[in-house]
Amino acid sequence: MSENARQLETLIARGYQHGFVTEIDSDTVAPGLDEDVVRLISRKKQEPAFLTEWRLKALRHWLTMREPHWAHVKFAPIDYQSISYYSAPRSRKDGPKSLDEVDPKLLATYEKLGVPLHERARLAGVAVDAVFDSVSVATTFKERLAAAGVVFCPFSEAVRTHPQLIEQYLGSVVPYTDNFFATLNSAVFSDGSFVYVPKGVRCPMELSTYFRINALNTGQFERTLIIADVGSYVSYLEGCSAPQRDENQLHAAVVELIALDDAYIKYSTVQNWYPGDANGRGGIYNFVTKRGECRGRRAHISWTQVETGSAITWKYPSCVLRGEGSSGEFYSVATVNHHQQADTGTKMIHIGRDTRSTIISKGISAGRGQNTYRGLVKILPSAHAARNFTQCDSLLMGGQCGAHTFPYVEVKNPSATVEHEASTSKISDDQLFYCLARGISEEDAVNMIVSGFCKSVFKELPMEFAVEAQNLLAVSLEGAVG
Amino acid sequence: MSTSRTPLLAINDLHVTVEGKQILNGLTLQVGAGAVHAIMGPNGSGKSTLAHVLAGRPGYEITAGTVSYEGRDLLALAPEERARQGVFLGFQYPVEIPGVNNVYLLKAAVNAVRKQRGLPEVDAFEFLGLVREKMKLMHIEDSFLSRGVNEGFSGGEKKRNEVLQMLVLEPRLAILDETDSGLDIDALKVVAAGVNSLRSPERTCLLVTHYQRLLEYVVPDVVHVLVRGRIARSGDRTLALELERRGYDWVSGQAA
Repeated sequence: MSENARQLETLIARGYQHGFVTEIDSDTVAPGLDEDVVRLISRKKQEPAFLTEWRLKALRHWLTMREPHWAHVKFAPIDYQSISYYSAPRSRKDGPKSLDEVDPKLLATYEKLGVPLHERARLAGVAVDAVFDSVSVATTFKERLAAAGVVFCPFSEAVRTHPQLIEQYLGSVVPYTDNFFATLNSAVFSDGSFVYVPKGVRCPMELSTYFRINALNTGQFERTLIIADVGSYVSYLEGCSAPQRDENQLHAAVVELIALDDAYIKYSTVQNWYPGDANGRGGIYNFVTKRGECRGRRAHISWTQVETGSAITWKYPSCVLRGEGSSGEFYSVATVNHHQQADTGTKMIHIGRDTRSTIISKGISAGRGQNTYRGLVKILPSAHAARNFTQCDSLLMGGQCGAHTFPYVEVKNPSATVEHEASTSKISDDQLFYCLARGISEEDAVNMIVSGFCKSVFKELPMEFAVEAQNLLAVSLEGAVG
Repeated sequence: MSTSRTPLLAINDLHVTVEGKQILNGLTLQVGAGAVHAIMGPNGSGKSTLAHVLAGRPGYEITAGTVSYEGRDLLALAPEERARQGVFLGFQYPVEIPGVNNVYLLKAAVNAVRKQRGLPEVDAFEFLGLVREKMKLMHIEDSFLSRGVNEGFSGGEKKRNEVLQMLVLEPRLAILDETDSGLDIDALKVVAAGVNSLRSPERTCLLVTHYQRLLEYVVPDVVHVLVRGRIARSGDRTLALELERRGYDWVSGQAA
């Protein structure tokens, strides 16, 4: 037991493992937001006029909006004028042309995070785009992807190399008027990833973006746009972390997915932003808008997310099922411990005939964490014979946490089939004792039971992510029972 | 029969309360290495409490008495430590753990014991071979390997799974808490064959049971009858047969 207790103490003391800061010379814009700042960002990125104009329209619209407070989360007012809206590692001229030109300190940062960027590291055949504060610092495996016709590059590069695709698709799923945080993002977004998979191409490897917030008092506003053309397939992974700081930091990203006829997009996230300390000080505000549109017939979009980090999580990866016979999936594990708050779920908007959606949500609450599932299933009059299945399970650990479920269902077509299952359970003393009586330690038993609870979501993750997700869950729930 | 050496398990004047209610009331019992003892008794006599207290389940208050296991103070050990030292409890109501694979749990249990002994983790391939072999003995189907711990198992399957775990873990002291309850005759024979396969001079077994039916297949060295929290009578297996004929009132009346 004493051996166990010691190990446990070491683990808890270890806490958040990605909380280090990289000392690097940055180009950071003074805090504050007005049209000049937006123009400056756009100029730094050498953007075409249509994009500068789009950003300015977003800013003007944003100034008329109010910060939303309908979510089941509490936070102190954010002073949007005290945030710096652009921070980039100061690089030589136009930024790195190859990995050899990337600042070694940056490469070391990603090594520390377990994301080796050197292509020779061959990260199990995953192509990585690394975003450090506001800009993309390195994209790997470009040549091999190019040979398949797949475009995978920083958003700011795509603006220059594929302006027509950007103009056609940017904001077509999440318009700049969409919501307070998405509108803010539209005005000031800095970088992110861009993916285009051409007709009939099966992307030859997993694509991955690793987001890292480093600088102090900056917000991170990435924009990701993925377009899967007719009959194509792509699987995309997103990972995130941030240094440990006492101040809250804002992360307001937008992700847009477009799937044309028979296209398949699988988007997986393991979110591990700094959650704040055990007393609820510091941590990331993760206010993110993610939406995919099945624009074509039989298109398919699948979201899988494992949320373990952030002080506050506010996000609803959604599917607009426009194409006839298209389908959407949402698999989610959201964990809160200490003082973390999560209000997360999905929206499935059925527009086309014979559209299908599946929602599997697993919420785990520990400490004083508050976990909310909020989901909307909307069947429009045009969606004949649409089907939805929702399963929403909550697991509570200890007596001071909370689990809340807000399922909204709007059905405007009588031929629809909508099923909803929900459960709330505690890790029972019986389950725990059963494991103890087999010689398994309490920490291992809890991890085992929680992993079992999340199994139907974990099995949707690509292999190397599933292992990471399981480990993250174990770290974030340390000391939650007992 | 118990030997003249230090008994493997020595329970002395054990008093246990649950939520203020006295359940065990001065229970004294010695079990030697290699012996099979049956603990019988009417409902509420304290049979399951005894099994749980030996395994270290929380919620029981030990107000007096001692339990020594291999010469050490068993009650001072945490439940997981007891298991790693070779104490096994076969549950009367095995719990379901959805999503956790049967074999995964079993492997974690085996590795916990091995770690304690300073041995490396078990080889996954060899382990699977061992489990398959024991599964055959317990008439457990292959699909078991991919299912969650007791998830959707019938009563009989759960009990056979308990015995399977016991066979793989090879405990020094096995406590089977009404492993025979709810089994049909075929399942009972399978369970009995499993228990018998583990009998050896190094291993000791406490069979907690309400009926003597199991004892036809697993012949005990000693039978104890528990009444109101203490041993009212001990004898050889003919005691179980006599109990069956005359009912528990016979012993209860005597003990009063």
